[in-house]
Amino acid sequence: MRKNLNVIAAYSIMLVLIILVGIFQSWNIALSIFNMCLISAVMTMGANIQWGYAGLINFGIMGYTALGGLAAVLISVDPVQEAWSAGGINILMSLLIIIAMVISIRFILKNFVKSKLRTYGIAAIIISGIIIIRLTAESGIEGIEAVNPAKTGFLGGLGLPIVFSWIVGAFFAGGLAFIVGKVALGLRADYLAIATLLISEIVIAIIKHEDWLTRGVKNVIGLKRPAPYEVDLQTTEWFINLVEKFNSGKLALISNLSDRQVALNQLVIEGSSVFVKLCYSGLFLVVVIILLILTQKALYSPWGRMMRAIRDNEEAANAMGKNVVKQHLLIFILGSAIVGIAGAMLVTQDGLFTPGSYRPMRYTFLIWVMVIVGGSGNNFGAILGGFAVWFLWIEAAPIALFVINLFTAGMPETHALKIHLIESVPYFRYLMMGIGLLLIMRYRPKGILPEKIEIK
Amino acid sequence: MDFLNAIILLLNYIFVPALAYGSQLALGAIFVTLIYGILRFANFATGDMMSFGTMVAILFTWYFQSLGISLGVLPTALIAIPFAIIFMIIYMLFIDKFVFKYYRVQKSPPVQLAMVSIGVMFVTQAVVRIIIGPSDQRFFDGQKFIIKAREFKEMTGLNEGLAIKSTQVLTIFVTIVLVSLLFWFLNKTKTGKSMKAYSDNEDLALLSGIDPKKIVMITWIIAGILATIGGVLYGLDKSFKPFTYFNNMLPIFAAAIVGGIGNPFGAFLGGYVIAFSEIFLTYAYKKFFMYVLPESMEPESLVQLLSTDYKFAVSFSILVIVLLYRPSGIFKGKVL
Repeated sequence: MRKNLNVIAAYSIMLVLIILVGIFQSWNIALSIFNMCLISAVMTMGANIQWGYAGLINFGIMGYTALGGLAAVLISVDPVQEAWSAGGINILMSLLIIIAMVISIRFILKNFVKSKLRTYGIAAIIISGIIIIRLTAESGIEGIEAVNPAKTGFLGGLGLPIVFSWIVGAFFAGGLAFIVGKVALGLRADYLAIATLLISEIVIAIIKHEDWLTRGVKNVIGLKRPAPYEVDLQTTEWFINLVEKFNSGKLALISNLSDRQVALNQLVIEGSSVFVKLCYSGLFLVVVIILLILTQKALYSPWGRMMRAIRDNEEAANAMGKNVVKQHLLIFILGSAIVGIAGAMLVTQDGLFTPGSYRPMRYTFLIWVMVIVGGSGNNFGAILGGFAVWFLWIEAAPIALFVINLFTAGMPETHALKIHLIESVPYFRYLMMGIGLLLIMRYRPKGILPEKIEIK
Repeated sequence: MDFLNAIILLLNYIFVPALAYGSQLALGAIFVTLIYGILRFANFATGDMMSFGTMVAILFTWYFQSLGISLGVLPTALIAIPFAIIFMIIYMLFIDKFVFKYYRVQKSPPVQLAMVSIGVMFVTQAVVRIIIGPSDQRFFDGQKFIIKAREFKEMTGLNEGLAIKSTQVLTIFVTIVLVSLLFWFLNKTKTGKSMKAYSDNEDLALLSGIDPKKIVMITWIIAGILATIGGVLYGLDKSFKPFTYFNNMLPIFAAAIVGGIGNPFGAFLGGYVIAFSEIFLTYAYKKFFMYVLPESMEPESLVQLLSTDYKFAVSFSILVIVLLYRPSGIFKGKVL
């Protein structure tokens, strides 16, 4: 108990901060911050597995998040029958060609010795394959995108409940991580960082521009929810009763019957959105707790010890007979899969998929700030980082506004500098993040909750 | 005649824009490579440092414009550049003193320095956005075109026009002058040689009496010059927007790595490799084939290898391929 005092203290402070937001701003805001904190925590756990356990830099978090989001679309949206009949066959054919290409390249790689001829052969297969795919797919894609472009214009998904997509998102992201890992994991740390960053940009470019699959920048809106809709709740008997019970004291003060009804309606509307957010919080909390248990178990298992050994001294671990390359690939896939889950959760919560919103600042570098600030190698630290940094990210604007008003209190309201500063309030969050990161890196390089390994 | 038309078409849409874009990338890539070679980390704040320098130049340009100073046909920004460079160098030395120096003295691993540069990136981005805002700023004045497409057509009687913007010529010219000066400095002067020695083997360089503080300072000064000029040229040619500058960091990194990181000449060529391949692969060749091929063989489609949406993806794919087959870059890296 005493050993974990700093962990408990840090988390209680975080909880109190969120509750304070609930009291002073509104419970709606507090809960949406809390939900995003949970999602961020999942992302940081993924990044922490890669960086904290194994020392692998992955600056491609954005790409895996977007793939998770794509999974949410492909699982939950109902299939668009017309689009399938317009171009489904072409797409399936292209898919078959890709599989054939991969198999034939693997075959060549296995059965022929390395030579110039082999390299040219592979290049020829790839180039001719791409041309054939373009020829087969083009008419199909045009057909699909022509189907009611204002509303669909894409193939749609499977029409399953969206919660499944959290698992599928993990598989998508893991699959991409497998490819990226095969390609890039041999690189030195800073090259790996740049390579993963650029690969994630390629992923986003594909998601943005392959309209037949993702609707691209036209966005997919109105995804199904795992939680009830506010509108339905507001007309449900038991929910109105529940709200009435909760606020019976407040309502009893209002003597006028019609006034009381109006007040109750207002409360029901507020309560419904809080209730929906609570449903999400519950779902996300389950994911976070499951992942936390799994990652903690892994950290203290023989496997976790091996990963730390590899991280701290690759050559020694290699000499002890550990397969460093394989373990790196494995951990790269696992971490990315967790990020994929978070990506799917994010889209689930928002109910919409907007490929244009995936920016490296928000989805890669911010997550890294969270990991570094929280404490790499420590799962509790990583989660705390997710909470603290997201909280600051959201509350930075009000804080900055307060500070600006404090310092410019002597200036008249129309002073150009004051107006300019108040207009640029949203950008102070970057300043806070940057300064926070620099301070932590300088004075507490292991993060708020540093890695703590007990040798049992 | 048709053949000439085809060549003018390619010149107009591929070579001239790619040369200008490549020069802008090349300056940024040399900046990255210098920092990597001498200070030994990947500077993720590259794009934002460039936008900082450009922002200062823009503010000076506006000031000069309000005073009524101008260069006639040339953009006013050219007078602003020296002032912007001074500010930029002060800013960089300030950051180095308060941020990077600590880790250098501690001999932290390059990864940690890269992380720190992310912190610098956040701060710089915030400063730029707070001062000048996130939106597009145009600060070009003076004469826009050297040759207009219509005039060219009238002059030569060809169907295709060749339009050359003054900013394109300016970019290419300034880049050539700047890069030649830089190579002269690195190869012929004593300081330049000691920089190369320091990059090659730090301990040996220290033993032979090279002052590391001086080397680091000169590196930041050169970096400041490159970043500001590169940024201003890009802003003149296109427009200034903080987010675009941040994004430009990616092709700049690609150029530096393709050319072999740590090798300035490689970075210089890498910029052009990236720019040309981006534009070559995403240009629609339909019109070109219409001129070159007989009428019966005219292509129906756009004959575009990749849609322009994948412009960035092209350079990144090149990077990935280079990393796979020649991790040290096309030209051997890590020698300054």
